[in-house]
Amino acid sequence: MPAVTETLDTVQSVTQSGYKWGWETDIEMDLAPKGLSEDTIALISDRKQEPDWLLQWRLKAFAAWQQMEEPHWARVEHQPIDYQDLHYYAAPKKKPGLKSLDEVDPELLKMYEKLGIPLKERAILAGVDPDAGENRQIAVDAVFDSVSVATTFRATLSKAGVIFCPISEAVRDYPELVQKYLGTVVPVGDNFFAALNSAVFTDGSFCYVPKGVRCPMELSTYFRINARNTGQFERTLIIAEAGAYVSYLEGCTAPMRDENQLHAAVVELVAMDDAQIKYSTVQNWYPGDAEGRGGIYNFVTKRGACRGARSKISWTQVETGSAITWKYPSCVLHGEDSVGEFYSVAVTNNRQQADTGTKMIHIGRGSRSTIVSKGISAGKSNNTYRGLVRVLPSASGARNHTQCDSLLIGDQCGAHTVPYIESRNPTAKVEHEATTSKIADDQLFYCRQRGLSEEDAVNLIVNGFCKEVLKELPMEFAVEAQKLLAVSLEGSVG
Amino acid sequence: MLEIRGLTASINDKPILHGISLDVPQGEVHAIMGPNGSGKSTLAYVLAGREDYAVTAGSVTFDGHDLLAMAPEQRAAAGVFLAFQAPVELPGVGNANFLRTALNALRRSRGEDELDAVQFLKLARAETKRLAMPDDMLRRNVNVGFSGGEKKRNEVLQMAILRPRLAILDETDSGLDIDALKIVADGVNALRGPDFSALVITHHQRLLDHIVPDRVHVLVGGRIVRSGGPDLARELEAQGYAQVIAEAA
Repeated sequence: MPAVTETLDTVQSVTQSGYKWGWETDIEMDLAPKGLSEDTIALISDRKQEPDWLLQWRLKAFAAWQQMEEPHWARVEHQPIDYQDLHYYAAPKKKPGLKSLDEVDPELLKMYEKLGIPLKERAILAGVDPDAGENRQIAVDAVFDSVSVATTFRATLSKAGVIFCPISEAVRDYPELVQKYLGTVVPVGDNFFAALNSAVFTDGSFCYVPKGVRCPMELSTYFRINARNTGQFERTLIIAEAGAYVSYLEGCTAPMRDENQLHAAVVELVAMDDAQIKYSTVQNWYPGDAEGRGGIYNFVTKRGACRGARSKISWTQVETGSAITWKYPSCVLHGEDSVGEFYSVAVTNNRQQADTGTKMIHIGRGSRSTIVSKGISAGKSNNTYRGLVRVLPSASGARNHTQCDSLLIGDQCGAHTVPYIESRNPTAKVEHEATTSKIADDQLFYCRQRGLSEEDAVNLIVNGFCKEVLKELPMEFAVEAQKLLAVSLEGSVG
Repeated sequence: MLEIRGLTASINDKPILHGISLDVPQGEVHAIMGPNGSGKSTLAYVLAGREDYAVTAGSVTFDGHDLLAMAPEQRAAAGVFLAFQAPVELPGVGNANFLRTALNALRRSRGEDELDAVQFLKLARAETKRLAMPDDMLRRNVNVGFSGGEKKRNEVLQMAILRPRLAILDETDSGLDIDALKIVADGVNALRGPDFSALVITHHQRLLDHIVPDRVHVLVGGRIVRSGGPDLARELEAQGYAQVIAEAA
């Protein structure tokens, strides 16, 4: 091997060693031909055995998308994306309509095991009634490329009246619910990537919590992109009826590849009177290598509608992966005294780019919102907070508090804060605080003098910096997130 | 235990220490006194391994090992502790979490078992109580919003928990009222014994009324100009540094 190649390989293996989720699973796939057209959409709709209204809805989105331009206002740079060079449908070959986990391809189950996802209901494996045993259970929906492969604990959930299933199944089994809410928070023509998603979305999770029900367990979805040259376009829809409560978490990983892969998801949340939805994301898509080769383009539209009085939607996100993150989980606060929250940690290292933040749209009287954003930049990365707080004339007494902190590691990275504030009601109170700091040499030295290694010192300081956000995550995931922060920043000092 | 030979050091190419030689035998407490700008803090930082300082000549051995070749955390593992003159704030990092992480890092490097949260809290509460510090000192973030006196006491608390073999106290008495000074002194005195040595850096003789040193060294212009017993501190206080400097010249 020539010395140069060897050196490059060594460097590559060292810099990529941090990404533990980079393997590829060898499974026979059913792939749609590359390219996007009405035919592709008809094919997707056909594979999913969808009703005609949904096909028409998709085609309307596609028509809107064709009239739109890829947005370029974010502080991110990338090569042009050839939307005709992607597969828009990729599914493990398997007979449709799995009755149980046993029918799932064992390769798939192995993969989720590698990811550490408790897909097999442990209680069932142990031969006990899932209701009697463990007091803390998590229901999982696992999405592999374009399809949902398994959803756990559905029986327990349905006993409580909670529907939690792949959205493709919901279209079949609860068409009236899907039709009533789909696209009402993020309309088909909302933005370029949302329109694209609406045209070609393949799967995702659906959750419906009926009136007055507190969902008995955490719900979570794991998304995995596996196939080459595919995009992942999942669609998630969560509805909490009056007085309902649900906490939902999503996790994402992908193999390491030289080329960039597109991920354009849409998440819609609807909260009625007194309902609460807590939506947490731990995003760990492959970020690309140290030179910026490969990695996921994460162009995501997430929005929650607080339709009811006193309803509350909280977004918590820990974003450590992706080559580019373009994501603004938002709350539309229609309801009187409704509450929107956004807690975010975004880490960028090497050549990663993140442009992320939130929108809080105050419509209801007395609506309140809180934004806490923690951006950490290392290496040669760029990290931008972009946020909009808009108070409409109807939102008397609206309140917003925004806290936006940036932490820089090293001297080749960038942190940017772009807040937009529009208040059209004189009784509204909007506050914005922002800080930028560096991990100071004296902080590192202080920790090392007490016996901590440089990496442990950085982790401790970073975790301290993010504490306000991490404490919003469900306990199990907070620990995961802390580990993830450590891995993402490996090699960022010294 | 600590042997410094002909140590010269500079910061940003500006020489600060001009050949310091000093022995601190095991179990002894030595004081270093001197006027502002004489190089006292530089000596403390060089011993702890701060990278901004360049050692240009000389040697430092600790238990026969080359201290200057060790990374700061290795020095800490070997038992060197620096009580900072200006302790650093770590926002969002709880004092208890910080101390437990540090203690367990030290224990790991010595091949000892790590302490779990319960064991650690028991130890930490006992030490805070002994040092007459409020319990909430452990819950607060490291030095964030601490008064000057609280920061210094927090350094002493860390020292009490981490149990170093050599403590370097860099003007730990500055900015302390007499009660806080006594607490700090009690903290150091409680550790005194055959396995504990200290280098107490101070501007004033006041602290040395409470921590009585075995030896006193006077540092002026980056050199040790005089060494003596505890009486030297009182002599300095009475006559001022000018006299000593003149005599040494």
